[in-house]
Amino acid sequence: MNSRDNDRQKFFTRRAALLAGGQFGLLTALVGRMYYLQVVESERYQTLAEENRINMRLIPPSRGRILDRFGVPVAVNQQNYRVLIKSENTPDVPAVLDRLAMIISIDADEKARILKEIRRTKKFVPVTVREFLEWEDVARLEVNAPDLPGVTIDVGERRFYPNGIAAAHVLGYVGAPRREDLTGDPLLELPGFRIGRSGIERAFDKPLRGSAGASQLEVTAVGRVIRELDRQEGDKGRDVVLTMDMALQRAAMRRLGEEAGSVVVMDVATGGLIVQASTPSFDPNAFTEGLSNAQWRALADNERAPLRNKAIAGEYAPGSTFKMIVALAALEEGVITPRSRYFCSGHMEVGDGRFHCWRREGHGHVDLERGIAESCDVYFYEIARKIGIDTIAKMAERFGLGSKLALDVPGERSGLIPTKSWKRAVIGQPWVLGETLVAGIGQGFVLTTPLQLATMTARMVNGGKAVLPHLARDRMFREDMIARGKPEYPSINVDPAHLKILMDTMEKVTDDPRGTAHAARIKRPDMSMAGKTGTAQVRRISLRERESGVRKNEELPWRFRDHALFVGYAPIENPRYAISVVVEHGGGGSSVAAPIARDVMIETLERDPARLAPGADVAGLGGPERQGT
Amino acid sequence: MAQFGTAQPTFRQKLLRLNWELVLLIILTASIGFAMLYSAANGNLDPWASRQMSRFAVGLAMMLCVALIDIRLWLRTAYPIYALCLGLLAAVEIMGSIGMGAQRWLNLGFFQLQPSEVMKIAVILALARYFHGFDVDEAGRLRNLWIPVLIVVAPIALVLRQPDLGTAMTVAMVGGAMFWLGGARLWQFGVVAAGVAAAVPVAWQFLHAYQKQRIFTFLSPESDPLGAGYHILQSKIALGSGGMFGKGFLEGTQSHLNFLPEKQTDFIFTMLAEEFGLIGGVGLIALYGLLIAYGIFIAFRCRSQFARLLAMGLTVNFFLYVFINIAMVMGILPVVGVPLPLISYGGTAMLTVLIGFGLIMSCWLHRDMYINRRGGLA
Repeated sequence: MNSRDNDRQKFFTRRAALLAGGQFGLLTALVGRMYYLQVVESERYQTLAEENRINMRLIPPSRGRILDRFGVPVAVNQQNYRVLIKSENTPDVPAVLDRLAMIISIDADEKARILKEIRRTKKFVPVTVREFLEWEDVARLEVNAPDLPGVTIDVGERRFYPNGIAAAHVLGYVGAPRREDLTGDPLLELPGFRIGRSGIERAFDKPLRGSAGASQLEVTAVGRVIRELDRQEGDKGRDVVLTMDMALQRAAMRRLGEEAGSVVVMDVATGGLIVQASTPSFDPNAFTEGLSNAQWRALADNERAPLRNKAIAGEYAPGSTFKMIVALAALEEGVITPRSRYFCSGHMEVGDGRFHCWRREGHGHVDLERGIAESCDVYFYEIARKIGIDTIAKMAERFGLGSKLALDVPGERSGLIPTKSWKRAVIGQPWVLGETLVAGIGQGFVLTTPLQLATMTARMVNGGKAVLPHLARDRMFREDMIARGKPEYPSINVDPAHLKILMDTMEKVTDDPRGTAHAARIKRPDMSMAGKTGTAQVRRISLRERESGVRKNEELPWRFRDHALFVGYAPIENPRYAISVVVEHGGGGSSVAAPIARDVMIETLERDPARLAPGADVAGLGGPERQGT
Repeated sequence: MAQFGTAQPTFRQKLLRLNWELVLLIILTASIGFAMLYSAANGNLDPWASRQMSRFAVGLAMMLCVALIDIRLWLRTAYPIYALCLGLLAAVEIMGSIGMGAQRWLNLGFFQLQPSEVMKIAVILALARYFHGFDVDEAGRLRNLWIPVLIVVAPIALVLRQPDLGTAMTVAMVGGAMFWLGGARLWQFGVVAAGVAAAVPVAWQFLHAYQKQRIFTFLSPESDPLGAGYHILQSKIALGSGGMFGKGFLEGTQSHLNFLPEKQTDFIFTMLAEEFGLIGGVGLIALYGLLIAYGIFIAFRCRSQFARLLAMGLTVNFFLYVFINIAMVMGILPVVGVPLPLISYGGTAMLTVLIGFGLIMSCWLHRDMYINRRGGLA
């Protein structure tokens, strides 16, 4: 028995020793593995642990303001009070929502949406109940806070346009980025972040936006924030200063009233736009909060196109306002002199066609002065026939017609100045003489935008400098150069004597009792304005209609009525401002457009910075140095 | 040997001879566990540390009782205990299939008992009892091996149905160790190994989808960092970022920010290694090594085959807990849900381990006792 037991013990000892060896071998392997993880690979895992632990959160920058030329804010950031609910701190969410509804009225749909969102999000993530709260509601919520566990009020930023509809087309509006706007910049993906969707907001989105700050947060695996480790403030967006005078803009909008049309007032030396009004308009504030489908449809389907910036995207036949271009082309060609006369019998026969003057009984013998002042059509048929369409087109192009003018607000359209080659290429037919005559009075194929008409007028009266329009003072380098007497704009190379002749004839339009805008002249002795009226036919008047007596404009449906136009400048001595007014389907240029131009121009001269605050450095004017020029 | 002491020590002698230094080592290890549970609750005794402490107190008392009981009683009751545990295991299985889901425990009111944990001790007891009755050359005969094979296979079959792959494999490995120590021949192990290798493709078919997934995940955790591989990956990040000296007590970011899963149970070693670094982790492994060495030392010193086998088998069982758990959190074994003994939060495991040490100490106290093959004194 003893020997058997000894055998058994030896056997056990042997095998147990092997087993023990194996165990310690494996424990040593564990130590080796630990060494590998915690020493050899440690750095890599430390990085991964930090990545786990630290969450970068963007701090959206405050959007830059937009200021008018006097520094008046026209687009600002308002505090956006939001009600949030954190289900973690709310024992009975539906009950609290019901109590909340007594203060800020939440309807059933909204309640369902909130409850759904609360279910979907983690319980420590606040869910937005309502944005854009009124201050009174905030106060009432604060008072009732003890009854609303888990409900908090949070302040964000929201874009606000204090002038509402007055400059909607210029300023534009902001909205949430669309898929195609996403550039990979995480800022754009922040909920509630807005980017410029149109106007200045869009054109200057980059500088206005600024750069995001970042907050380093320590978070748990489910994303709950433990504390902020580090914070880098971003740069708030830059302010953009406009050349526009907001008070004047409002006045122009008011003056346009119910009409669908536009007014552009331009500084003739700098090209800065003082007014750029377009009616009807819309409230950009509504876009910030998000439009309903119905609201959007109402805007988009409106016959008077409130969403379109008519000043830059409305293309109209310039009518008689185009006659200066034709006259200038003829003078430059040497085809006429101011003394050249043509006989107007009320119409003109060319080939089979008969071309009428607006005055059926005719003007008799007409020279350049009367041709412009009384806007005789036959006179311009004659000279257009002499110089031909391509000569007219070349002159029109020098004045900025027929092409985009690189305005710093998107949406500009180019209009159209027809040429023979254009017609062959686009319509596929040869040019006919009758079309030259019609173009000579700014009808037919010719299309211009109000912005182009204002630019044309400015170039005519600023000594022949090819000014370009702009709305933001960011182009001040140009204005600075002008202020230092180093005009940057190139000359359009038109004989100054010819420009002087034209300016004199435009003076007659308002001065001469027979002038088409005499009734709409400025009567104040300290102010003066010259200009040119235009009435653009929208539809062709048929021969039968003409014989049966043309119906009065007012009798036609709105969309067939003539466009009323006026271009002008003021003061007559040392012109400072050019203006263009287009009233869609408004009727006659002299009866509708000219009075609007007069009233806006009086306001403009009233609000001339030199008059308001002599010597002040005002945006778009370049400061006191300019006073001498 | 009888002249140096009595084969049957008195109660007083037993108390004096009890290996108190082993008890101290156990208390020390468990205390590390309390500290880690305190940290896992972000510096709170609730909900884990305090409850673990009271369980440990109960377990410690049970351990001492078990240690003081005459080892022959354990030998005689080995089969009944085995039968009782198998019955409990079957009860859990039946209740589970009746519609309480994959339940692995019995609710005893104050305590939830996991029969599969206790089963491991029962298997060791039963096998020690069985091999105690055979000489080495007899034990290795095939006709004497089918009963112990049944003893091992029956609980494995039940545990697998739960299904608890981790426990099944531990029972198999402990059983294997007992066969190895009891006298099975080398070629027999070869045959079993070959059989297992052949059975693996078949067994694969019977694995649950989540078990297959665990194995895939184990093979390449980085392939699915947010899904099933998340636990292993986060555990490795926690370990690795601990570095040489760790992030400090209560400072483990992975554990306190909840990136580390199950930090109070299966992944508690990771938290320790994150907060105390390589020094702390290796320190704990060394402590475990000491406990294991103590168990082996006791096994070598026993005169009876039963005590030898029992002490060594229980030590192997303890070792398997330690090794599988640590290897699992370090990503060298699949996640099979084995706790870290004496440290992980959990009642049954704590109790089982302490009872196991109680039995080892009983072996120590009765080390010089010759026991005949039926359980009487020689």
